[in-house]
Amino acid sequence: MDMFATALPALADAWALILQPVVLGYLLAGVLMGLAVGVFPGLGGIAGLSLLLPFMFGMDPVLGLALMIGMVAVVPTSDTFSSVLMGIPGSSASQATVLDGFPLARKGQAARALSAAFTSSLFGGLVGALFLTLFIVVARPLVLAFGLPEMLMISILGLSMVAVLAGRVALKGLAAAGLGMLIGTIGIADAGGSLRMATYDIPYLTDGLQLVIVGLGVFAVPEIVSLLRQDRSIAKDAALGSGWMDGVRDWMANKWLSVRCSLIGVVVGVIPGLGGSVVDWIAYGHAVQTTKDKSNFGKGEIRGVIGPESSNNAKEGGGLVPTLLFGIPGSGSMAVFIGAIGLLGSGDIEVGPGMLRDNLDITYSIVWLLALANVAGTLLCIAVSGGIARLTTIRFTYLAPFLFMLIAFAAFQSGQNFEDILALFAIGLIGIFLRRFDWSRPAFLIGFVLSDPVEKFSNQAFQIASFRFRKSFEDGMEYIFSPIVIVLLVVTVVSVVLGIRQAKSIMAEGEVQAGSKRAPMIFLLVIMAYVVAALVNANMIPDYNMTDKIVPLVIGGITLVALLILLVQMILRPEGHMIFADKEKAGEDADAPYGLWGTLAWFAALIAATYVFGFILALAGFLVAFLRVRAQAPWPKAVLLAACGIALMCVMGGALNRDFPPGLLQDAVDLPWPLT
Amino acid sequence: MTITTIKALATSVAAAAILTSPAAAEVDFSGETIEWVIPFSETGGSARWANFFAPLLSEELPGNPTVVVTFMPGAGSTKGANWFQEQVHTDGTLLFGSSGSTQFPYLLGDPRVRYEYQDWIPVMATGTGGVAYINAEDGARFDGSANDLQDIDFIFGSQGATGLDLVPLLAWEMLGMNVEPVFGIKGRGDGRLMFERGEATIDYQTTSGYLSGASDLVDAGSAVPMMTWGALDENGVIVRDPTFPDIPSFKEVCEATDGCETEGVAWEAWKAFFIAGYPSQKIAFLPQGTPQEVVDTYVAAFEAVRARPDFAEFSSNEVGEYPMFVGAGAANATREATSVTADAKAFVINWLSEAYGVVIE
Repeated sequence: MDMFATALPALADAWALILQPVVLGYLLAGVLMGLAVGVFPGLGGIAGLSLLLPFMFGMDPVLGLALMIGMVAVVPTSDTFSSVLMGIPGSSASQATVLDGFPLARKGQAARALSAAFTSSLFGGLVGALFLTLFIVVARPLVLAFGLPEMLMISILGLSMVAVLAGRVALKGLAAAGLGMLIGTIGIADAGGSLRMATYDIPYLTDGLQLVIVGLGVFAVPEIVSLLRQDRSIAKDAALGSGWMDGVRDWMANKWLSVRCSLIGVVVGVIPGLGGSVVDWIAYGHAVQTTKDKSNFGKGEIRGVIGPESSNNAKEGGGLVPTLLFGIPGSGSMAVFIGAIGLLGSGDIEVGPGMLRDNLDITYSIVWLLALANVAGTLLCIAVSGGIARLTTIRFTYLAPFLFMLIAFAAFQSGQNFEDILALFAIGLIGIFLRRFDWSRPAFLIGFVLSDPVEKFSNQAFQIASFRFRKSFEDGMEYIFSPIVIVLLVVTVVSVVLGIRQAKSIMAEGEVQAGSKRAPMIFLLVIMAYVVAALVNANMIPDYNMTDKIVPLVIGGITLVALLILLVQMILRPEGHMIFADKEKAGEDADAPYGLWGTLAWFAALIAATYVFGFILALAGFLVAFLRVRAQAPWPKAVLLAACGIALMCVMGGALNRDFPPGLLQDAVDLPWPLT
Repeated sequence: MTITTIKALATSVAAAAILTSPAAAEVDFSGETIEWVIPFSETGGSARWANFFAPLLSEELPGNPTVVVTFMPGAGSTKGANWFQEQVHTDGTLLFGSSGSTQFPYLLGDPRVRYEYQDWIPVMATGTGGVAYINAEDGARFDGSANDLQDIDFIFGSQGATGLDLVPLLAWEMLGMNVEPVFGIKGRGDGRLMFERGEATIDYQTTSGYLSGASDLVDAGSAVPMMTWGALDENGVIVRDPTFPDIPSFKEVCEATDGCETEGVAWEAWKAFFIAGYPSQKIAFLPQGTPQEVVDTYVAAFEAVRARPDFAEFSSNEVGEYPMFVGAGAANATREATSVTADAKAFVINWLSEAYGVVIE
């Protein structure tokens, strides 16, 4: 009670701080910058915040906070544009949105999907702020109750969403998730430093693959290639069916789902160490499980948009708790945020345990600035969504080269290596085949995302548990089976059981016709070869580094068993069984006027040219050639559009102070920026 | 023509250009952009360090150039350091920041290291200290020596035995304590959280982390400070850390503990890695081949930063009560941070492999 007595005046102080015209002006400026950065896939909050950092030094704390929070808050809102309109997950917060948002756009309902998403975001943000206002003063003991076993259970709960998203053949979903996890273990192990499926001769692999690249490769590349082959607009018949008011009405009809998913978002966001990567999948799974007619999921179910979008903005609020109360950033952008707070004013705002005691008014200002930024950002987004949705009516062949440009740039930003673009291409190939043969891509991505937390938390929890067991048996049991763990365990079991029962009706890849045996079997054997190689590789790690090998061995083993059963089934079952699903046999891909390899070759050519001439020069050639040859645009149009594309890249690169991938040419000759 | 020969050609052309250019009497950076490359991500302590100094440096350099901090993370900072090794002076607009995590792989002979500190030109260095603390229950048995702690099993959340955690792990080993590290955490903040949850029973923080996080635990009675790593005086002798005059240094605790010696190969090894990791932890470098007048310009700018009347107030959160070394001082600090005797190196490599199975090949 004592706490609340100090909280109320602090809350009043916070509002007095916020409600000054100059503060609101800075907030709005931050929001506008955040929207500009956020609409580009893969850039997100870190790039935007780094842009602001030089100005933070000595700035008035409230003004600096307003600017930064305005920017951070709207990134999970504005990245919805690329998720829904292009099928490109803008950040890890909007991966689940792609699943139903993009099919809606293809039905010509982009504006509806966008406004439903934005309304959900707005609502989620407000619920998050409200919850935090009450919760933040008592949050400390609750956060401390989440030890390693609890965090492991949350990760496993996230992983259990694979059951819902596994697709028609559950084993294929399981194997896809296993493959994703194995790919997530590539690189130097965190615990003992062993190399897994990597070598010091290829330094790039030792750091493992970035989530941005895997997300873009698995979702964006296959969709872009497929649409390009069909040579049409994203929205079928280039028509926009419904307007933005429909989306708001959809949200009204599903407001309780939105409330529940917002709360899921805040609570998971509060737990340090998990960040936002699982929230949207848990929310999506929840949306599926609470919907009576599940047949539309994966094909454009509006509840599949409302769920994850409600949770991802609420999560930003929740993420403030570990950031401000413990000084432990819940995400990369929060880490930059903490650093920047230290630069504000005279540097005396120190996030960490003292924050509530010394700066409760600032803490509340942050919470409500975040909420206000959400409101401003969402209203702006809704206002423009009708117009931007028209992008989906453009003939895709005119859009595709610019999308290749954007995803290549985004991939490069994740690590500033040329290999980033190569990795994007390689993962893109995996994504294309997962899609073609109806192996659940969401399952693959969930596996990849959760590979690291599952490995880390299980190793660490095991170590500490065995230590407790050595003390006494009760001590150990108490540690592993805390009340929170038991509750999470029950939730996980229920969600797996329900999920498996429902999975057959949820087709994350849409309807796929079955075809002949040969192609699906070859793909299966290729995956199997990789899994065996990963197993052999993990087994070569010496036993004293058990922590580095146990997870790849167990996951690889399970995956291999699943693959072997699938192989037997494939041998026994007749052609035409759904296990042999193949998009090249019937449907849009099969009827497409262009082939897969010819289309992919364009992207490969961009990458190869980048290797030789550097990104900007390669891009210029690629854009002109593509528009002229593939899109059959007249010369002036092709050159003009290409120039626009290059200009856009230069403005973005220049504003964010980013370089472009250099090539062999740049090694030999010094060229001025942006050709460097 | 192969790429390497093209590169070599380009380098020699650049070198020739430097030699023939008229002796620039006055270095002026008007309208230029200085790039300060940090081999870590935007989210780490080095990013914060560079972002703190960048605007100050901009104000003090002639012509007030824009100073931007750019990030080149990868391979535990060896990627960025290897890149910097290949840079040569062009126009003085490149600065590089290394950290203890760059120094340690260099000292241990990590196979990824292809950089050589002696080629680089240090202009500024700052240091930090470290404080170890234990939980209240076990802390009650701490009496200035570790004698009564040797039969307790401690758990410590660690980022890895070959990083800065090497210094506390070796210190506790020398005190005869049983500390079991749980590897794989990211950042000391996570270690503190593990300690707060009661999962870890011993922990340490660098000075800023201790002041902002752990000292609250001590005030609340849930942690007991055990020792600091100490600080170096002008003669290179370890003394009490000036930021924490009431907490004994490891040297004092070691002297009070049976079986722990402040001489011999173990002590020398510990001291060498302590110096590399703490008192001169973060160093700013200019690339090889930088002409003296450019070096002097940077040194003067950093000296001016240090001399600002408000610097002490600004910097207490960033660099604590530790000296900021500039020019010759920074060169000296770099020398100490990047040299260990062969004996000390062999001792540490052997200890790492025996205690943790870490093989550096």
